[in-house]
Amino acid sequence: MDVHEYQAKELLGSFGVPVPKGAVAFSPDQAVYAATELGGWSWAVKAQIHAGARGKAGGIKICKTYHEVREAAQELLGKRLVTHQTGPEGKPVQRVYIEAAEPFERELYLGYVLDRKAERIRVIASQEGGMEIEEIAKTNPDAILQVIVEPAVGLQSFQARELAFQLGLSIKQAQSCVSTIMNAYRAFRDCDAQMLEINPLVVSKDDRVLALDAKMSFDDNALFRRHNVADMYDPSQQDPREAQAAEHNLNYIGLEGDIGCIVNGAGLAMATMDMIKHAGGEPANFLDVGGGASPDRIETAMKLVVSDSNVKAILVNIFAGINRCDWVAKGVVQACGNLDIKVPLVVRLAGTNVEEGRKILQESGLKLITADTLAEAAEKAVQACQGKLQAA
Amino acid sequence: MSILIDEKTPVIVQGMTGDKGTFHAKEMIEYGTNVVGGVTPGKGGGRHLDRPLFNTVKEAVKETGAEASITFVAPAFCADAIMECADAGIHLVCSITDGIPAQDMMRVKRYLMRYPRDRRTMMVGPNCAGIISPGKSMLGIMPGHIYLQGNVGVISRSGTLGYEAAAQMKEHGIGISTSVGIGGDPINGSSFLDHLALFEEDPETDAVLMIGEIGGPQEAEASAWIKDNMSKPVVGFVAGLTAPKGRRMGHAGAIISAVGDSAAEKAEIMKANGLTVAPNPSEFGSTVAKVLGL
Repeated sequence: MDVHEYQAKELLGSFGVPVPKGAVAFSPDQAVYAATELGGWSWAVKAQIHAGARGKAGGIKICKTYHEVREAAQELLGKRLVTHQTGPEGKPVQRVYIEAAEPFERELYLGYVLDRKAERIRVIASQEGGMEIEEIAKTNPDAILQVIVEPAVGLQSFQARELAFQLGLSIKQAQSCVSTIMNAYRAFRDCDAQMLEINPLVVSKDDRVLALDAKMSFDDNALFRRHNVADMYDPSQQDPREAQAAEHNLNYIGLEGDIGCIVNGAGLAMATMDMIKHAGGEPANFLDVGGGASPDRIETAMKLVVSDSNVKAILVNIFAGINRCDWVAKGVVQACGNLDIKVPLVVRLAGTNVEEGRKILQESGLKLITADTLAEAAEKAVQACQGKLQAA
Repeated sequence: MSILIDEKTPVIVQGMTGDKGTFHAKEMIEYGTNVVGGVTPGKGGGRHLDRPLFNTVKEAVKETGAEASITFVAPAFCADAIMECADAGIHLVCSITDGIPAQDMMRVKRYLMRYPRDRRTMMVGPNCAGIISPGKSMLGIMPGHIYLQGNVGVISRSGTLGYEAAAQMKEHGIGISTSVGIGGDPINGSSFLDHLALFEEDPETDAVLMIGEIGGPQEAEASAWIKDNMSKPVVGFVAGLTAPKGRRMGHAGAIISAVGDSAAEKAEIMKANGLTVAPNPSEFGSTVAKVLGL
């Protein structure tokens, strides 16, 4: 799960990571009020969306007067901000963050990730702050410093010192940097984060080290024990269909194509999309109904898939292990009864209780296209989508 | 032979008295798995499915001689249950549980390393369908009847794609020595490489099918190992050719976030290391048949 910059900063701040003073605003009035409360002569008005590269996209505005703060907030709030990380549809801006602008000397990079190869937390730092880390990795890989955290004991001070001195900081700056590195690690560990990026981490004129930007994402599997993080969920930043699916505990990801997919198991769902592509079609979505799918769950999944107006055919592909084909079949029949499905429906059932499942479909009298194998199912779905195949 | 489990392997079920534990323990017993008991803290001394129940894994090992365990334990408590197995001297623990926090798995893996290699626990999963040595024993939740006993080893991150492969191979009359689901999480108890090494040693396995997916460095590591160490032919496949970058495709570990994470890149790496790559997921059976010379 992703959170907004201001939420990440709130968390980091509570772990002792220095962050500039700031306040969130939902309206231009609140933005101006926040600026007056913060004081000073210069503020950054920052669009809050779950994506980076906001600066280049005009999502961050430096303002010198309250009037400019109001105008900036007015312009940003309610619009969809498109950055090169959001995709062409952009993300809606419903909140802006007003921050006291801090003059700084240097920009650094500090990041934490769950490294899948090492199976440990990796801390990454670089002197080239402000740039994307992927970019630095390409152009100047030697500029990337890293340490791996031993899980039994956690990040050690010497590791943080090594990074701080390699960043070329003075003694006083390094002291502040070491505590920032340690505290950010604690925030990462204690909130079950998956990724934390402070870019840039800036060195102020008075030798303090501050998180000027912060991006955090969290392990969905750990939200059950991180209520403070779970409460930060913002459905507006998600595709509405995906948000709706999440409410029903379905794994759904919207894509560009026109063949809706309902599959059990993430691997088979990906393979089904791959087969559709192989057969000359384009999948409209990824959808994993999971194990133990009841008829109601299948109906919910069908409802979700047909709500996408691009869908011209639906492919249900179930290889039942924990699932039962008879339940899936009942779900399909139930959905066809309750929903107005105008597009052709291809169903492939295999595995547990497959005979009962096929019988239920046959006896339902529904106009369905059935298939026995994955290849046949994908080919038929593509033909049906192109109007070359109809249910018998 | 087979790898990991056979008809003799004494198995305990952690969380046996829960709904899922009960259902799948029954299925495993019916399949022929040597289930010798169950562990549910607080229910020790009782019986379930005609097997004794224990409060702790240590007690179960002492009383039954259990060597393997399968965990049907809720995500919040699963890491603990796995470490308990390692401490009790269980050789093999298979975790079906989906939803274990990644940092818990990090600690579990570190914990397993405490023990010297000769008594270290092998962990399979989490978030997997389990292990089956067809005709002998099943330590998992798969539909046993789709597997034919034979000479091909299968390793798959995805459960259902493993079923798909088993069914296609059966169509071609090809059987399986052991099929292992290593799971869809970012940190797995054991990797492709761990099981490839076992299959290489297993006299009953003549070829291996490895089914990967997007995300993570495992397939590339395994491919490089195969090139240098494996004498048996390996068929590879990577699911998720159409998966968009940066999106988590159901499995916590199925996300393209780094160079080399995509299906196309992984398939290329497999080919470069001498694996035969199945052209699409409907050709597992035919590709395996081809490398076996059928």
